[in-house]
Amino acid sequence: MTHFRFLFAAWMVAWAVFFVYELTISSRLSRLRDEIDRLKQQLGQK
Amino acid sequence: MKRLSISVLAAALIFFAGYAALFVAPDESTMHAIQRVFYVHVALWSAMYTALTIALIANVAWLATRQMKWDWLGVSAVEVGVVSCTGGLATGVLWGKPAWGIWWTWDARLTTAFILWLLYIAYLLLRGLLEDPERRATLSAVFGIFASLDAPLVYVSNRLWRTQHPAPVMFGGDNSYLDPTMAKVLVVCIFAILPVMIFVLVDRYRLERMRHEAEELRLAMEDRTEEANRVVTRSTA
Repeated sequence: MTHFRFLFAAWMVAWAVFFVYELTISSRLSRLRDEIDRLKQQLGQK
Repeated sequence: MKRLSISVLAAALIFFAGYAALFVAPDESTMHAIQRVFYVHVALWSAMYTALTIALIANVAWLATRQMKWDWLGVSAVEVGVVSCTGGLATGVLWGKPAWGIWWTWDARLTTAFILWLLYIAYLLLRGLLEDPERRATLSAVFGIFASLDAPLVYVSNRLWRTQHPAPVMFGGDNSYLDPTMAKVLVVCIFAILPVMIFVLVDRYRLERMRHEAEELRLAMEDRTEEANRVVTRSTA
């Protein structure tokens, strides 16, 4: 009983969940940073 | 630069942990290679327990102090806990099929773990329904404390009941035993996943803090617009 494909899949899943989650956080962070810059600029101009 | 150094260090630790789990740990006599899922499976549950403990502390701290930073930490830790729990459940399923012949069974350990996952998903959904930040923080802190009651139950479930899930190999009384090399490799894997979890948690906390900042700026913008409209109305009247 070796089941290397299950072993490979389990290790992939373990790191993929963190990797994909970190990617979503990074994209949300960059969108928010842009919005904050835009709002600060607009507030400064008025 | 600091971020890059931490990323490189975390990547090196992950690589080392993977190598130790696949090539250093001894072969298990009944399950052979598939038993090596154990190292990442248990490490993910350790990460989940750490995140949910942080969430519990933050929830209690919010109720005691009413400082927004605790609410931000609470939701961040819960989200990271849910991600770790998802990984733990998924690796368990991928281990269960070759080891037991089934993907899933409703035994005490698996069921309590699944309920824990659902409870924290509900916590995140609940937050989405509440607009007032103070009310959202208070209700979700109370719900978070309630949800955390299931976490110790998951831990003791395979000690209290006979389960399809194996009995504990550590801290489980006289019958639990883990080969010393396996134990060392497990510790390496746990210490490889924990910095990754903390790294993600710090980023998630930063996101929540920036959300709050953006919300305050949006409100300031609305106030300015209303004020400008009032001035225009007064001058035209």
